[in-house]
Amino acid sequence: MEILVCAKRVPDTSENEIQLDGDGKDIEREDLVYSVNEPDNYAVEEALQIIARTGGSVTVVTVGGEEDEEILRREMAMGATRGVLISDDAFTGSDGRGIAAILKAFVQTGHYDLILTGVQAEDGCAQVGGMLAAMLDYPFASLVTSIEVLESRKLKIGREIEGGNKEINAIDLPCVLSIQTGINEPRYVGMRGIRQVASVPIPTLGASDLGVDADVVGEGAAKMRRVDYFVPPAGKGAEMLEGSREEVVDKLMDLLKAKGGLN
Amino acid sequence: MARIFAYIVHKSGVADDTAAELPAAARKIDPAQQCTAIVTGWGADLDQVCESLRGTYSEIWKIAKEPLAYPNAELVRKALLSVLPAGAIVLVPHAHFGVDLSPGLSIRMNAAYVPDVLDIEGVEGAWLKAVRQEFGGQVSTHVRCDVSTGAVLNIRPGAFRPFEGAPAEGRIVDKSAEAGALAARRRYLETIAAETGDVDITKQTVLVSIGRGIGEQENVAIAEDLAEAMGAAVSCSRPVVDAKWMDKSRQVGSSGQTVRPKVYLACGISGSFQHLAGIKGSPFIVAINKNPKAPIFRVADVGIADDMLEFLPALAARVREESCVSGKERRRS
Amino acid sequence: MGESIDSIAAATYWLIRGRDLFLFLHLLGLACFAYIVARRLAPLLRAQRDFRFDRPLARLGRVLQFWLAQWRHPRYRFAGTIHMLVFAGFLILVSRAFALLGLGISDRFAAAESGGIYDAIRNYASTVVFLCMGIAIVRRLAFPPPRYGHRSADAIFLLALIGILMAADGVFEGSQAAFHAQLGRAAVWLAPLSLSWIFEAAFASASPATLHHLHLGAYLAHEITFFFLLCYRPFGIQFHIETSLFSIYFAKLDRGTVKPVRWGVAEEQLDTVPSFGVKKFEDFTWKHILDFYSCADCGRCSDQCPANAVGRPLSPRNLSIKARDYVFRHYPVLGRTEDGMAMAGGLYSEDEIWSCTTCGACEAECPLLVEYIDKIVDLRRGLVDDGKAPQSLHKPLKALEGRGNPFGKMEKKRADWAQGTVRALNGAGGASTLYFVDSITSYDDRIQSIGRATARILGRLHENFGILGAKERDSGHDVRRFGEETLFLALRDHNTEAIRASGVRRVVTADPHAYNALKHDYKDVPPVEHISEVLARAVKTSQIRLNGVENGVYTYHDPCYLGRHNGIYEDPRDVLDAIPGLRRVEMKRCRDRSFCCGGGGLALFYEAKEEQRMGVQRVRMAAEAGANVMVTACPFCMVNIEDAIKVAGMEGQMTAIDLAELVDRQMVNPTQG
Repeated sequence: MEILVCAKRVPDTSENEIQLDGDGKDIEREDLVYSVNEPDNYAVEEALQIIARTGGSVTVVTVGGEEDEEILRREMAMGATRGVLISDDAFTGSDGRGIAAILKAFVQTGHYDLILTGVQAEDGCAQVGGMLAAMLDYPFASLVTSIEVLESRKLKIGREIEGGNKEINAIDLPCVLSIQTGINEPRYVGMRGIRQVASVPIPTLGASDLGVDADVVGEGAAKMRRVDYFVPPAGKGAEMLEGSREEVVDKLMDLLKAKGGLN
Repeated sequence: MARIFAYIVHKSGVADDTAAELPAAARKIDPAQQCTAIVTGWGADLDQVCESLRGTYSEIWKIAKEPLAYPNAELVRKALLSVLPAGAIVLVPHAHFGVDLSPGLSIRMNAAYVPDVLDIEGVEGAWLKAVRQEFGGQVSTHVRCDVSTGAVLNIRPGAFRPFEGAPAEGRIVDKSAEAGALAARRRYLETIAAETGDVDITKQTVLVSIGRGIGEQENVAIAEDLAEAMGAAVSCSRPVVDAKWMDKSRQVGSSGQTVRPKVYLACGISGSFQHLAGIKGSPFIVAINKNPKAPIFRVADVGIADDMLEFLPALAARVREESCVSGKERRRS
Repeated sequence: MGESIDSIAAATYWLIRGRDLFLFLHLLGLACFAYIVARRLAPLLRAQRDFRFDRPLARLGRVLQFWLAQWRHPRYRFAGTIHMLVFAGFLILVSRAFALLGLGISDRFAAAESGGIYDAIRNYASTVVFLCMGIAIVRRLAFPPPRYGHRSADAIFLLALIGILMAADGVFEGSQAAFHAQLGRAAVWLAPLSLSWIFEAAFASASPATLHHLHLGAYLAHEITFFFLLCYRPFGIQFHIETSLFSIYFAKLDRGTVKPVRWGVAEEQLDTVPSFGVKKFEDFTWKHILDFYSCADCGRCSDQCPANAVGRPLSPRNLSIKARDYVFRHYPVLGRTEDGMAMAGGLYSEDEIWSCTTCGACEAECPLLVEYIDKIVDLRRGLVDDGKAPQSLHKPLKALEGRGNPFGKMEKKRADWAQGTVRALNGAGGASTLYFVDSITSYDDRIQSIGRATARILGRLHENFGILGAKERDSGHDVRRFGEETLFLALRDHNTEAIRASGVRRVVTADPHAYNALKHDYKDVPPVEHISEVLARAVKTSQIRLNGVENGVYTYHDPCYLGRHNGIYEDPRDVLDAIPGLRRVEMKRCRDRSFCCGGGGLALFYEAKEEQRMGVQRVRMAAEAGANVMVTACPFCMVNIEDAIKVAGMEGQMTAIDLAELVDRQMVNPTQG
């Protein structure tokens, strides 16, 4: 099976405290540690586990610039067959729809049975997978937590739904799935692994290689644009209980009794 | 101004809480308009839902087709596309179904898409201004989107207050015929219910809820001890389940259970909206967290900036003292 | 007939002359043995290199200490005494054994006279060995200690055979002496009450013909038993009789450090090594395989292993025995060599390998100096190379790579613990001493107070010191021991450069893991001391005076990386004893038998499958010793012990304090009298 995983390089939220920069228009990026978006990493691991059973290859693609190559290398160190960087000045400032259009053009340069994305990235939009599927006219499923390969170009997939329940679907190939964290246990990739793929060439494709429609990509074409970042005023928030631990416990006991918290 | 539709999520004949919230969002887009509900489904359940919407919506478009008995986003999308007018603005709750439906819907409609909207600031010409969050809620962002060819807006559940106004007329319009034949390359097979486990947290009135701050498996006992003293049960947020320290049946949140307690102790929980989405009914929320800047303190009623691993045992000891004094036995509810 | 009682060579065994029979049997036995040994050496030739031929004098010294003087044996008093007696007996009897064998082929080996000193000694030696075999067999059957496990049948068989060997010699000699006595020949002097003497007495009334048969039979029995044992030993634990000399000679001399990824491959060339660590059996070094042969399955290592004690899947001796059984199966004496299974995940479970805290209790105990830590680290290297690091370690490892600490906290906050009171060194000339803080003391809310106490102490001692601050990274000590060598090297190189750039001449740390790394894993850095060494010196020279304490019973818990791995036991105790009025007790398991708190560095993040926490057992040991305050000198011990006090429900009955915190609290203010 030929699998394509669309990945993104994002600031690592668990190791970073996100704060606004001096201007208040963007976040402070100087001290940030970047890495591959966690759900995308799960997607690559899932793809690797699938081809271990079915044979085939895993291609990892990202849209960005030179600094984004490092996540491709990391996924290749994990076992992905090849990495592709899509980079062009014309693509800068694309919104999710623009990114999906770029990826669609890339998909059509190859032949992929299955396309995976992570369920969402740091912007919480969770959109590229679904948009890409609609542009390609492929079936789509989001929040996938299990994949079983069936005969004759079908998959049996599980989706995460409310209440901790799992929705089981059959879906035809080729299709697009967005992968939820926890679907598997990704293998470890260390510095050594990345060094071992350090000299593997990563092709870079530009607008002319892909034949993308110019009026869907780039800042000018974006239908959704970010104006600024801000931190909302604190508002009332919680009433903080002050004092020594014993005093706080006392105050809390009174409140709990009043609110029916002690049975 | 384009026509605004609200997609209604429902289960077992009952509309989701978001059905009452979407009209408020619509009003912020166009105060002059009454948005139209659009509901898909089949049979008595669907009819029951449409009836219940009459008080909230002046017009309800009903699409009843047997393949839509289970809400398969691929089929729902096709159905919607066949009835929605060009340039429409569609509001969908941002949850499991919305995330499945909306991105593709926006492409097919050739419309803009804004996911997980917290607030709408109005429309200026072709641009709608809204508020979103990024980085797990650590920062907010103002966005504007071009609605000249329509839009799909996924609204965060609970971000807008439920409709409380004069009852609307509630005219049900049957659009089933326009939907046409529905087939998709994704077929629903079954739902596997989560294991209920030994305790049903959705029925508890008091919950001691733990998050990543619990640190490790052994410390869960600290929360269980407090819960026992209080006659409560222990629930948790997603990271605790991911780490396999508690069973999934104890998870509160958009991908876990929805709870309606009277009192909710959020211990070592940062307060991500996915977790808060699982708490309904405005309980008295006490937040205990080492980090005084944790987002949970914005939504809690009372906050305690302390290490939960130290505070909870102290609280449990006090609760037990009181119960000894009053001579009552604590029983689990 | 009479002559042959004095000459086996000339005797007749079923129509064959003694000389011919025994020459044949000797050659057959030796040939079999040689062949077996050659087959046993075969896997060593296919194994990885190991540089063990340096420092011959030091190695000989260890042979004298651990092999000849049986240095480790008395640690288990009863079994140790028995073993030392048997070992001494064997050494004494070597000459006798050769003489006996020689008798079969030539009379030249017959002694001219009997009753010399050597004969007396060897008589008693033989008797003692025989008695020890009896005691050992009874003990195995009736009162086996738990560490003996369930593999006793083979052991008892071998003990019995050795007993038979001694008895055969006794019958051989006794029958000859009885024969001479009966027929009035030259008396054979036998040491009174020795085995031979007893047999002589027992045979006093036997007929000469019977004695003759006994004599010849005993010799044949001795021959067969001797060569059977010789050829059987390489098939089990008794192979240690042959291999122990070598396993001790080639034992590791450099304590505290871990073997390189590949001997003979420089660090700069590691990228050319296709595979790190042990994945298949032949990835072990020849010395490791020799260790597998040498393990006597005595169980002392597992008896002391804290992971084993808390029910983790690790039992060190099983690491050796499983590998030994593997090599016996796949490199058989008869038959073809087969290629086998994966080591980690096949022969050993992954949990087994990750369970080790590298405390070194096993290595401190083993009388044969079998090494375990290097093997565990190599197995971990193999797993990490294949991407199989445990999920619970992914996050801290990623944080170490990205931020230089396992908590993922920002580099620029690394010196926040000091609250501005300590200088961060920028470039050379800032200070002569570096206080290397390391990650947990820098970032953990509770442990930061150890950092501040240490800084105050250094200040009081008028040390011209500073810290690296945001330039410091995790020492990488446990990154290396958890198998992530590449990340370790990156951390080490970064720190080395920062330390050298600071121009300091000396490094002090309060973290034994950092201490061990800087001392043994790092190269080209200034000498390092632990704060307890600094304090011991300071109290002895009265540079620091300490206020007394009135309450509390204190006990000192030896951290593994300060005590066992680096031999610093007395300095912390001297410091405690310098506090007036401090009542100190020792736990039963102290010094090099200290019981690991649960492990440090990445061990804090690993979620082991265990029945109880090591820390909880340790806290109970302190209570048993009558203490209510545990003093330790390691931040990881502090984390584990304070945690354990809570988990064990002993809050209020036990507290823990760090040595630096205690001294800081008790230091006499210079303005006071």
